[in-house]
Amino acid sequence: MTTLTVAFTLNGKPVSLDVAPADRLLDTLRYQLGLTGTKEGCGEGECGACTVYLDGLPVDSCLVPTFQMTGRRVETIESLDARSLAAFERCGATQCGACTPGVVMTAWWIREHPDLLGSHTVRELMAGNLCRCTGYDGIIDAVTEAVGGEGRENRKR
Amino acid sequence: MNVLLPDTLPQALELLSQNGDAVPMAGGTDLMVHWHVRPEAHQHTFVDLSRLEALKPLSWTADMLVLGGLTTYWDVIRDERTREEFPLLVDAARQVGAIQIQARGTWAGNIVNASPAADGVPVLMAYDAIVVLESRRGREQVPLDRFYSGYKQMRRRPDELIVAIHVPRRRYSYQVFEKVGSRRAQAIAKVGLAVTRSDAGWRVVAASVAPTIRRCPTVERLLETGAAVASPSDLLPAIAQDVAPIDDIRSTAHYRTRVMARLLYHDLRDFWGK
Ligand SMILES: Cc1cc2nc3c(=O)[nH]c(=O)nc-3n(C[C@H](O)[C@H](O)[C@H](O)COP(=O)(O)OP(=O)(O)OC[C@H]3O[C@@H](n4cnc5c(N)ncnc54)[C@H](O)[C@@H]3O)c2cc1C
Ligand code: FES
Ligand code: FES
Repeated sequence: MTTLTVAFTLNGKPVSLDVAPADRLLDTLRYQLGLTGTKEGCGEGECGACTVYLDGLPVDSCLVPTFQMTGRRVETIESLDARSLAAFERCGATQCGACTPGVVMTAWWIREHPDLLGSHTVRELMAGNLCRCTGYDGIIDAVTEAVGGEGRENRKR
Repeated sequence: MNVLLPDTLPQALELLSQNGDAVPMAGGTDLMVHWHVRPEAHQHTFVDLSRLEALKPLSWTADMLVLGGLTTYWDVIRDERTREEFPLLVDAARQVGAIQIQARGTWAGNIVNASPAADGVPVLMAYDAIVVLESRRGREQVPLDRFYSGYKQMRRRPDELIVAIHVPRRRYSYQVFEKVGSRRAQAIAKVGLAVTRSDAGWRVVAASVAPTIRRCPTVERLLETGAAVASPSDLLPAIAQDVAPIDDIRSTAHYRTRVMARLLYHDLRDFWGK
């Protein structure tokens, strides 16, 4: 199989590497670059465990072919400040942790774009991140707290 | 697997004309599903569209909204003017998967994937959208309501790309989009419905109830002629003319027909018999 050379910006730094045509961004990150914070759950875009930012928007890296990355900007959970997790600990928003990197990526994106909450609820924006443990309320509370709202308010919905 | 990486539209069209069975790749949200466990899906030549910057933007002219061949759901959700003039596009976009899918999935990919359960197609069809196809041989425009001829059969030759989708600007006096799924997010429609009314008349478009998404001319005629409709079951004969639902993993023909009748009856209760 032929390889392709792909150069992009990863977590603020330029990277250039040879990949196989069928490699998914998720595989490249985990197995070639050793960034194992990004998890694989379903491999079909349903669960959001593999969420990364592509040019600033959350995407499922299991559905992104690496060959499309030339010239693009990719950020992974490794780029986030560990403090991004404080609200998650306080609100019981993480249990087994399988979903947590993806959940935190989407949550942090909402935090960085509070204007989105003019048109969307936290729940709608978090709908692409499945969690089998927490029952979601803890997650919604943590995100709401992180964007500066009152966590418990959301429980009414 | 082979990947071709054109930088411009003319290059992409040239590659498609030379590689008869090449598959265009846009956001990959249909093509990449279960990619790692479906090696047979890799046995193609792919033409990557992601570098074709000219196909990305959404734009406005005096008489239409122009979606590019690579415009995503998120592009539409974020466009203030679309929210005002074509709210059903935004309603439907917000119900496609979730943000991670909306950020990548394109309207053109939704049209060519040709799922009978798609959400982008019914709202575009209810706004009389026109598909603009281009190949090295030239351009052609096909109204979306004449684009499909059967299950996954469409008026697109393998060397053609959708380069734009034209949505005529009109004053709408009524519009609604309904999607009935198992849950609110990340669910495929069991029944979908898009209804609009403008000077051009009523448009009633149904999804998940036939091999293709399609208009419902008999139901449209009931609305145009002001036929009396006193209950959802009064609509069943017209619905039977227009659609052909099946039993599948997501629902049954019986459920789909009943739900479609009730949605139409209740949503349009101010118009029946008027
Ligand atoms: C988790 C998940 C949830 C989803 N939920 C929904 C949903 O709720 N509703 C819904 O309608 N869909 C849903 N989808 C399906 C998908 O997101 C949409 O159909 C999307 O619009 C496809 O666009 P894409 O750019 O990703 O297409 P791709 O996967 O890149 O391509 C799809 C098809 O279109 C062709 N193609 C793409 N662009 C062009 C072009 N410009 N010209 C010619 N051919 C082209 C490709 O060759 C391919 O055949 C979901 C998918 C996933 C993974
Ligand atoms: S692993 Fe990518 S969405 Fe589940
Ligand atoms: S904490 Fe276990 S899946 Fe979310």
